[in-house]
Amino acid sequence: MHLLLKQPSVLPGFGLTLGFALFYFSLIVLIPLSGLFVRTSTLSWEQFWDIVTNPRAMASYQLTFGASLVGALVNGIFGSIIAWVLVRYRFSGRSLVDALVDLPFALPTAVAGITLTAIYAPNGWIGRYLEPLGIKVAFTPLGVLIALTFIGLPFVVRTVQPVLQDLDKEVEEAATMLGANRWQTFRAVIVPELWPALLTGIAMAFARAVGEYGSVIFIAGNMPLKSEITPLLIMTKLEQYDYSGATALGVVMLLVSFVLALAINLLQWWSSTRHMQQ
Amino acid sequence: MNSVTIIADKDVQWKESLTTESTLVRRLLISAAFLYLTLFLFIPLVAIFTEALKHGLSGYIDSFLNEDALAAIRLTLLVAAVAVPLNAVFGVAAAWAIAKFEFVGKQALITLIDMPLAVSPVISGLIYVLLFGAQGWLGPWLAEHDIKIIFALPGILLATIFVTVPFVARELIPLMQSQGREEEEAAITLGASGWQMFVRVTLPNIKWSLLYGVILCNARAMGEFGAVSVVSGHIRGLTNTMPLHVEILYNEYNAVSAFAVASLLTLLAIVTLSAKTLIERKTASATRLKSQR
Repeated sequence: MHLLLKQPSVLPGFGLTLGFALFYFSLIVLIPLSGLFVRTSTLSWEQFWDIVTNPRAMASYQLTFGASLVGALVNGIFGSIIAWVLVRYRFSGRSLVDALVDLPFALPTAVAGITLTAIYAPNGWIGRYLEPLGIKVAFTPLGVLIALTFIGLPFVVRTVQPVLQDLDKEVEEAATMLGANRWQTFRAVIVPELWPALLTGIAMAFARAVGEYGSVIFIAGNMPLKSEITPLLIMTKLEQYDYSGATALGVVMLLVSFVLALAINLLQWWSSTRHMQQ
Repeated sequence: MNSVTIIADKDVQWKESLTTESTLVRRLLISAAFLYLTLFLFIPLVAIFTEALKHGLSGYIDSFLNEDALAAIRLTLLVAAVAVPLNAVFGVAAAWAIAKFEFVGKQALITLIDMPLAVSPVISGLIYVLLFGAQGWLGPWLAEHDIKIIFALPGILLATIFVTVPFVARELIPLMQSQGREEEEAAITLGASGWQMFVRVTLPNIKWSLLYGVILCNARAMGEFGAVSVVSGHIRGLTNTMPLHVEILYNEYNAVSAFAVASLLTLLAIVTLSAKTLIERKTASATRLKSQR
């Protein structure tokens, strides 16, 4: 372990703590995850390609990625508004709202799933008012969108909020003094500052939504080719003991997650270097 | 004197008016925020408890007082009692090595630790089925020796530990990095043993973040659904955790009981959020004190 050290230190415990951390993490995470790739390599390329481009799989990607993207964009808009309102305005109940924004993180996904279904079902709290208008939410792709929007809610708020807090008001004052109206100041001064954080938040909400399972399956209706998300398709294949099918789709999802995680890291790096330049 | 304060007040007001929106815009934005939060947070929160109490308090309590529900609660507590301490030890160890030493591959390790959060819960379960399941690599050997991992407690534990690995570490790493190593170096130079240094210097410095990480880890461990659902097999009274019990009840059209069990998990989420708010205030005032000193 000590060979890895770049500079000597008087502090104890390096070998012990790093050794334990690496051992534990490899055992729990790295070895099992790499097993997924090893398992895929037992499939021929044609077999793999057939599984991952099968019409049912393609329809599930379309729904999963489409609904995740729309949900993340909706959260981009409303998340920015919520962050703005929380940072800039004082109103009663503000600290309660601030604490509650994280509810979708803390609430188990199964609870979110059955609750959203109960609300948006045709006889539900909100669903009964949408039904006469001809809008069906539960058990349709729209239900998937609702669930994925719910679980992505905190991300944009929590990435935009700290940037807004650190924003120097003097720059805005200067803009106003130079004759800009509020909207111009917002577009030319505030938005460029928020942009990296906003994109990071949207990307995080999207990444979370793509893999989401628990909150979606209750409200989705789970009709193959129509309202079936990819994680559910993996689950179905597993239940039918179609391990190769589940593995191939799992690898696709895992690669997407890696690419998204990389993109988020780059976005975070971009926004932190922007901050350092100032 | 008075006129000076009045002018100063006016100055503040005038400056404020430069960087704020008209009342109309402000009200519109606050209303938009509240509308969105009402649809996605307030109504669901109220709905959980209303649905759970639909058949009155006795119906609510009956939902817990049966063998299956109690077994699910016991299993969930057991899973958290194993997963949370293990991941807390991992979190402290990893954060110590990462924050206090410079070593090769450090940045890669920091990125890797967050990986379980990026992976779909279904895949977190799938990887263990591929290892230990009937058709998995170790499946035949395990069957020969009559060891059950998938569709049994060990599988549930593994899947839960997997999805909750990063929580303590990701709270501690940035904090311990910002604290530097001077205090610990002083303790060691003055003759403290490694353990004394940890208990008297490091632990007091990180206790609130450690507690916060443990609370988050616990909330996720008790609430995990997707990963556990893959490895559990849904055997009533044996491998059903609380979230899985909610699913079974709901699919049996026993909505009241499903929401009753769900309301317990919701209370856990509310406690978690309150603890988060409290700890954030505590650490904010602690850093203020430190900077004043």
